[in-house]
Amino acid sequence: MQGLERIVLGQPFFVGLGPEFGAAISGCARNVRFAAGEYLFREDEPANEFYLIRHGTVALELHSPGQQPIVVATLREGDILDGSWLVPPYCWTFDARAFELVRVLGVDARCLREKCEADHDLGYELMKRFAGAMGERLRATRLQVADVYGQRRS
Amino acid sequence: MADVATLELTPPSAFAFLAGQFNMLYVFGLGEVAISLSGDPADESRVVHTVRAVGAVSRAITRFRRNDVIGVRGPYGSYWPVAESEGSDIVIVAGGLGLAPLRPVIYRVLAHREHYGRVAVLYGARGPAEILYRRELEAWRRLDVDITVTVDHAAADWCGNVGVVPALLPRVPVDPDHTVAMVCGPEIMMRFTVDALRQRGVTMDRIFVSMERNMKCAIGLCGHCQFGPAFVCRDGPVFRYDRIAPFFSIREI
Repeated sequence: MQGLERIVLGQPFFVGLGPEFGAAISGCARNVRFAAGEYLFREDEPANEFYLIRHGTVALELHSPGQQPIVVATLREGDILDGSWLVPPYCWTFDARAFELVRVLGVDARCLREKCEADHDLGYELMKRFAGAMGERLRATRLQVADVYGQRRS
Repeated sequence: MADVATLELTPPSAFAFLAGQFNMLYVFGLGEVAISLSGDPADESRVVHTVRAVGAVSRAITRFRRNDVIGVRGPYGSYWPVAESEGSDIVIVAGGLGLAPLRPVIYRVLAHREHYGRVAVLYGARGPAEILYRRELEAWRRLDVDITVTVDHAAADWCGNVGVVPALLPRVPVDPDHTVAMVCGPEIMMRFTVDALRQRGVTMDRIFVSMERNMKCAIGLCGHCQFGPAFVCRDGPVFRYDRIAPFFSIREI
């Protein structure tokens, strides 16, 4: 097994994935490093790469002209960044800033999409994982929006 | 926090309580409210409450000044199983002002740290300005306690975590058979947290939650705080989750 394939299959997000799928994904993958303060991507930029955090913390931000960005979530080791690369129009929907030195596994989006189209078993495996991760994130976001700490007394 | 105050009362004689219990605080001529004890159970010379101004009585309490006098009856209610959990790992999950009734647990655990395994405190607040006991949280970090603070929303200058508190649980090392979880916060947050704990394999009999209901008499007579077959004032506020699980998600209760 190649180094990159081992890294891919070692990610919690890919747990239980067969070695043939590991090889397919790692064929599109590379290791990428971002310095503290650097942006991994910004809103509306093409989502050309799927990122999985291997080390460090990433702040997801919403920007607003003339104001400080709002941090809506912090993601860390083992988290995926988003599913924007998976569905049209393949554009990021927020900014992602490296909070410290960040190492990610970057997977070329077009390469992976083509492999998923050609091999629906791979596509379905990935889709199940993304649906789970996105569902978790949606659930957390609902709790965030509910603003539950407004009324509490001790 | 602008609408929250921590009150230190000097009792006429030694005041003992167990972590999780509450007092009825009486503002003369105005009324009475149930407020949990948030101080150190080992210190019988002070009675400490953290109060948020939500109604007329609590607002009056947050405006108290030194040497003001308040009526106190208590302590009432059940308590967190702190002594009973010796030998276990402890996971404390607090949301918003829910950290107040759990602070006595943290004091007690830290005072007997060698009797516990891993101790994790997960605390979620609305925003950086709403974080309770900020200085103490910093101090506890330096002790053998894994403290994680998260906020729901923040500006880019906030260096900490942003996200909801139940989402922190997958990252906490949990040995489900040897973990006791104590959870306090708004009910929605507790529901999400219980789900996250159960996903980690923690069984319902190892999860404790503190319920909040409108209390009047505090001695199990008036029925204002009825929760299913239980009275929160007498049988609670701290409940073992498996004992209230059937009622927890009934909307009318």
